[in-house]
Amino acid sequence: MSRIVLRNLVKTYPGGDRRATDDVSLEVAEGEFVVLVGPSGCGKTTLLRMVAGLERPDAGTVHIGDRDVTGVSARDRRVSMVFQSYAIFPHMRVRQNIGFGLAMRGVPRDEIARRVADAANLLDLSGYLDRYPSQLSGGQRQRVAVARAIVVDAGVLLMDEPLSNLDALLRLQFRAELKRIVQKIGTTTLYVTHDQAEAMSLGDKVAVMRDGRIAQIGAPLEVYDRPSDRFVGGFLGAPPMNFFPASVTDGPTLSVGNLTLEAPPSLATLAGQQVTVGVRAEKLAVSATQADGFHPATVEVVEPTGASVLLTVAFGGHELKVQAPPTFETRPGDTIWLRTDPQSLRFYDPETSLALSPGPGVIDAPQS
Amino acid sequence: MKRLALQAGCIAITLFMAVPLYLIALAAFSSRESLNRFPLPLLPTDFSTETIQGFLGSTGVVPAAINSVMVGLSTVILALLIGVPAGYALARYAFRGKQPYQLFLLLTRALPIVVLSVPLARIFLASGLYDTTYAVTLLHTALALPTTVLITSAVFVAVSPEQEEAAQIFGASPLTAFVRVVMPQALPGIAAAAVFTFVMSWNEVLGASILTLNQRTLPAQVLATLSFSPLAYRFAGGFALVVPALVFIAIMRKYLLNMWGTTLR
Repeated sequence: MSRIVLRNLVKTYPGGDRRATDDVSLEVAEGEFVVLVGPSGCGKTTLLRMVAGLERPDAGTVHIGDRDVTGVSARDRRVSMVFQSYAIFPHMRVRQNIGFGLAMRGVPRDEIARRVADAANLLDLSGYLDRYPSQLSGGQRQRVAVARAIVVDAGVLLMDEPLSNLDALLRLQFRAELKRIVQKIGTTTLYVTHDQAEAMSLGDKVAVMRDGRIAQIGAPLEVYDRPSDRFVGGFLGAPPMNFFPASVTDGPTLSVGNLTLEAPPSLATLAGQQVTVGVRAEKLAVSATQADGFHPATVEVVEPTGASVLLTVAFGGHELKVQAPPTFETRPGDTIWLRTDPQSLRFYDPETSLALSPGPGVIDAPQS
Repeated sequence: MKRLALQAGCIAITLFMAVPLYLIALAAFSSRESLNRFPLPLLPTDFSTETIQGFLGSTGVVPAAINSVMVGLSTVILALLIGVPAGYALARYAFRGKQPYQLFLLLTRALPIVVLSVPLARIFLASGLYDTTYAVTLLHTALALPTTVLITSAVFVAVSPEQEEAAQIFGASPLTAFVRVVMPQALPGIAAAAVFTFVMSWNEVLGASILTLNQRTLPAQVLATLSFSPLAYRFAGGFALVVPALVFIAIMRKYLLNMWGTTLR
């Protein structure tokens, strides 16, 4: 097990007009599971490939453990990797596929057999060791790829969108299994995905990337709850965070359209300014009848999801997504009542889209 | 109905290929007299090796056959040695002039050998290679390279680069990754390229006729003597020209099926 330290990594692909990774620094502690998440083209896979040794950075350093491996070839880095396309070898049986890394390192035959059996057992592949990959289902092929990666006992495990080729149901199943396996072996893991739900559910830490930079890194719930900018709030969570403009008035209160909302006291420092308010769909309290502190909204769309009802409403002239309890009955055109808890509101600079820190206790300074 | 039409089509194509082969084999294994009979029996009624023996016994046929095999195999080896790395480079790397290079490869086939014959003969005469099997081998290699390069590059494209990367991550050197991971998967395609090259070399007659006088390959030898040979000799010659190519394809069949079949065994 080794930690990973990336310092100021810059990479521009030949012919690329902008940097794939732009001065990225990142530290993954020993045994930690960090997920890189972001839209396609944000540089997450490039970053992973530089850790693997499959890409050379233009500038910056990669340390694995205490060793500077920036100039070291992939095979001498002692890392392990699961590829998006699985990249298992179609001309070898499952047994040889899983044992490939051990055979390459000159591990004795009987030890290879033992460790392959263990890994196959861990991934429910024991009955398939003598098959060829073409005789396996997609899910089983992915298991082979994971077994091949964990059997070598490398200090660092890298995964590049390992679940993206599985169908939705299988993906959910295998996600939990993957988490169990990685917890069990406790390897330092760097995991790349574009699926925010996957990132939230797997990582000890989530690093949200955008345009070659890490926009925010932190524990999943912290990043989810306190996005450091609008992009992160909009990217993490389904539905994404609601944003609407408001002006801060003395009190302090927030005026949104013709509504006046309660604001946290610390917002007083921003009195007279325009802010962008961010609020999660599930942080809005819903009521069918008027009550104290509730404001009217008009229902536009009702989407039952089973566990809850997702409402699209017009609130103070802005469209919001609201998550209501599954028993909440309403129809398009109805007026419902919403309450915004001042503590669950987040504030962003309308110009820069960065989180505002109007005094201590409301919003921590964004980590970067 | 559709199935029926498909089967009828398959049978028609099979007959189209098989009937001439059958007829020529029939003629090659009939006695000299029976060939002049009319109508010719369509079943091997009087089997005889007289014709084929006569052909094999005529001057120059056996040395020419040996020459043909030598040239064919040397051409396969040489074309693969040069063509496989080129195909790999085309499949894996983006380099300046890649498109023109591919086009240029095909253009070499656009020039008829007749046009090239005089300069080629001159060059080989000047270099002392004229009238040797080496000259024919070099010419055939040049003719075979475009297809070898294009077939093998298509094969290498089909093996994902991620597999090579995975092999390297798990401790293989680039060469080991190629030998252990890429080669086994590329073998069927390389075999196809080899078959193609061998058959091309075996059948090529014009270049071989121009570049040799005494060291003829079999087709060149047959062509040279065809006009003043008896009918039986022609049938036997035709048969002798067809068979080795068929045998070579039969040997490579296993790899070809792997390439076009759905599973790896």
